[in-house]
Amino acid sequence: MSAAPEDASVHRALGLSDEEYEQIHELLGRHPNHLELAMYSVMWSEHCSYKSSKVHLKRLPTEAPWVLVGPGENAGVIDVGDDIAVAIRIESHNHPSAIEPYQGAATGVGGILRDIFTMGARPIAVMDPLRFGPLDDPRSRWIAEGVISGVSGYGNSVGVPTVGGEIVFDETYKGNPLVNVLAMGVLPSERLVLGQASGVGNLAILLGAATGRDGIGGVSVLASAGFDENSEGADKRPSVQVGDPFEEKRLLEACLELLDEGLVSGIQDLGGAGITCATSETASRGGAGMDVDVSAIHSREEGMEPFELMTSESQERMLAIVEPEHLEKVLEISAQWEITASVIGRVTGNGQLRIMDGFEGEVLAELPASTLHDDAPEYNRPMSPPDDLTERRLRDASQGPANCVEDLLALVCDPSWVYSQYDHQLFLNTVVGPGNDGTLLRLRHPSTGEETGRGLAMSTDGNHRWCYVDPRQGTKMIVAEAVMNIACVGANPLAVVNCLNFGNPEHPEIMWQLSESVDGMSEACIAFNAPVVGGNVSLYNETNAVDIAPTPVVGVLGVHPDLSEPPPGIGLPPDSLLLVLGQEPESDVSMGGSRWAWEVGCCKDGVLPEFDLDHAVRTAAFVAESVQKQRLKAVHDVGEGGLAVALAEMAIRSGIGAKIKNHDNHISMFNESGGRVLVAIENRELDDFVKTAAARGVTAKVIGETGGSSLQFGPMVDVSLESLTVASENQLPEALGQGTVNA
Amino acid sequence: MTQRVGVIRFPGTNCEFDTIDAVRALGGEAEILWHSDSSIKNVDAIVIPGGFAHGDYLRCGAIARFSPVMEAVSDFALAGGPVLGICNGFQVLTEAGLLPGALQKNAGMKFLCSMQQIEFVSTQNVVGKGSQVGDCLQIPINHFEGNYVCSPEILSRLETQEQIVFRYTDNPNGSIKDIAGICNEAGNVVGMMPHPERATSDLLGSNDGAALIQSFLSV
Repeated sequence: MSAAPEDASVHRALGLSDEEYEQIHELLGRHPNHLELAMYSVMWSEHCSYKSSKVHLKRLPTEAPWVLVGPGENAGVIDVGDDIAVAIRIESHNHPSAIEPYQGAATGVGGILRDIFTMGARPIAVMDPLRFGPLDDPRSRWIAEGVISGVSGYGNSVGVPTVGGEIVFDETYKGNPLVNVLAMGVLPSERLVLGQASGVGNLAILLGAATGRDGIGGVSVLASAGFDENSEGADKRPSVQVGDPFEEKRLLEACLELLDEGLVSGIQDLGGAGITCATSETASRGGAGMDVDVSAIHSREEGMEPFELMTSESQERMLAIVEPEHLEKVLEISAQWEITASVIGRVTGNGQLRIMDGFEGEVLAELPASTLHDDAPEYNRPMSPPDDLTERRLRDASQGPANCVEDLLALVCDPSWVYSQYDHQLFLNTVVGPGNDGTLLRLRHPSTGEETGRGLAMSTDGNHRWCYVDPRQGTKMIVAEAVMNIACVGANPLAVVNCLNFGNPEHPEIMWQLSESVDGMSEACIAFNAPVVGGNVSLYNETNAVDIAPTPVVGVLGVHPDLSEPPPGIGLPPDSLLLVLGQEPESDVSMGGSRWAWEVGCCKDGVLPEFDLDHAVRTAAFVAESVQKQRLKAVHDVGEGGLAVALAEMAIRSGIGAKIKNHDNHISMFNESGGRVLVAIENRELDDFVKTAAARGVTAKVIGETGGSSLQFGPMVDVSLESLTVASENQLPEALGQGTVNA
Repeated sequence: MTQRVGVIRFPGTNCEFDTIDAVRALGGEAEILWHSDSSIKNVDAIVIPGGFAHGDYLRCGAIARFSPVMEAVSDFALAGGPVLGICNGFQVLTEAGLLPGALQKNAGMKFLCSMQQIEFVSTQNVVGKGSQVGDCLQIPINHFEGNYVCSPEILSRLETQEQIVFRYTDNPNGSIKDIAGICNEAGNVVGMMPHPERATSDLLGSNDGAALIQSFLSV
């Protein structure tokens, strides 16, 4: 077992610093051998250990009476009543998707689904917030098309509907796309399972695909470093895994059956860091140890080295902890689903993780299981705001060659080309699907199928422009927008998950962004009483040392208490009044961080509009209440592109136009002052509606009326619905639908 | 009158529970039939639901047709028993030779999930009872390989023998003659790409599929 002090190039090549090596040396009281070093390197990678972000993440609110499982487990779990619990998680698969778009996205979906059924939940929905480089860049188009095909190819086949998401194109993601995937599942609340191994003598059974040489070092070499010059990551392609949705589908059904039959005492998916992570995590969570027999691992090829078997990230594998008397039944169910099952480990009482060649054979590695997690380094990296921040904030972002009609036509984009490639209806729950504000699903009991009469709502939101201009306020605004989105389908928020996509944490400016963003999120989550129940941090999103704009993405989950009628939707009704609810923009509202400023005015600086978080809280509650009481004829959140884009989307949806008073200049049309919602109501409801709004502390202003075949802003700006529809529908098919070239 | 519907489950099938829910909601009984069983357990009707049987890594349905249960399904169909193949089930039925023609990749070379309008072309089959030729229905599609193709001879037989059950009013996938669903000569075996079980609730956007399932349950 003892190993000679080694050549420093080995641990450095594995992504460990000299200080980290020294720490391992001290923990073990000897030099680690190569296998041990490989195991520490994956578990102490940024991706697995959150070593740069942990110190900040602690500031997020994580508790509420309805939170059953908070951050740190495979997924967050909340109690939604009627003996139903909901498991939810979001993850990134940014780097794999940058170099192998189809497989990167496909395995992103596969990985997040395993996190959900690990908790004993049947996954019932996926959402995919996607961000790519500009549409005029061929490589970005190639990445976008591959990623969308990957989500479609894997998600549809594995049989989990993709019910929503986002699609954003911006220069900042050129070379480093963001592929985030959220999954949600339901379980009977009494069946909650945790990923832990306990009971000395229990068996660890590896289920699913054979372990191969794919994805070795995925978390350390690939996910925890940026892309450098020229390569565009091509040399890292072997670190990307390959997905098999059919294997996953059988694995999912087999695992749910094992859980239904009460045959497993703990279960854990194999994702980043493979068997090393799954065995050490289950053992240390259960306060136990484990002996692992590498020779028992069913592998894809002969002659794999122990370190390869232990760190491979081959997909579609699970580790189940089973009492010996259940072994036979477990093997039977696995065989029925054509799943390979191998006993690879035994739970021990000594806290040690021992890797052996045969249970009675040579000990290849031995280390305290908990040191792989609990002793992982934690860095409080230097942080500082950008040097030119003050200067940047002084710039006026409203300048530029404004042409209200042309700008509006350029800013509308129908995403249906993307989501029509995703099965978004499976399981017969989708009341409001993709292409709307929030997604709304029927909430039914997972075992009995009984309807609760209530709905589950979800939304994912991010906005790199807001967060670049001001990471703290920008993050507050995206939380508010996500909550507003689910309010538009009648739901009140219960929980938040986050995916923090940032640049290189070794740049002080990036750590400042992360820290500011966490504080903004914390404040907003407290205000909305929606704790963070899980998350993922993706750092090193950079190309050629240029960091992406900070892109925290949040997923919000909420409940609609009485789903007897579908929500009104975004389509404008005829002959109705249009109102804006929520905080009124200041008279000299800033255009900083708006899509107009970035894409038309070409200014990325300035300040964000003032934002009243409390008003947003009141507005969201009032919108949800109004939808629940069926008082609205249409409702739509005002987000990027401001009032004008929101109105255009509403008009295009129903083919009915509107006449808006005033608002006939680019600032009032396109400013992105937060916390606003557009609603349509009947004329005769006006007095009562405005009175109720006032009683709830929400500003409500009539801005116009619906009808006609064009959108008019004041006397001067008039855009026909036909031209809006054509511009909106053609954007994506024209850019992506004609086939793309592998650039 | 159909009492019990057997719903075939291959590894990779994913619409089996939706189909069961829809059948039950309309008063029928339903149970799963596992692909490797060679018995269909005296059910009165069979649905082969949507999904990706055996992963569909080869031609869709090409492996599923060899599952032991398909022999029993075939005997049942040839004896006049009602059989409905939805989406992947339609593909399996063509591979098994219970329906003519084949389903190839959509003309746009993309997976498509969207609401479609389809029109009844013939009601002389197990899903047409209670409907009229010309009735238009809103029913979602969800497939990559839904582009129906067959030889000119088969096409003319389908037309003269009233075997075209549905056509799309706005063809989404390139199907020959806008075909969305067909039946065998006797009308007891129907295959369709749209998913009627997904159109059984106004809350979900359409209830037009209920009539088809109702008809299937009443034969």
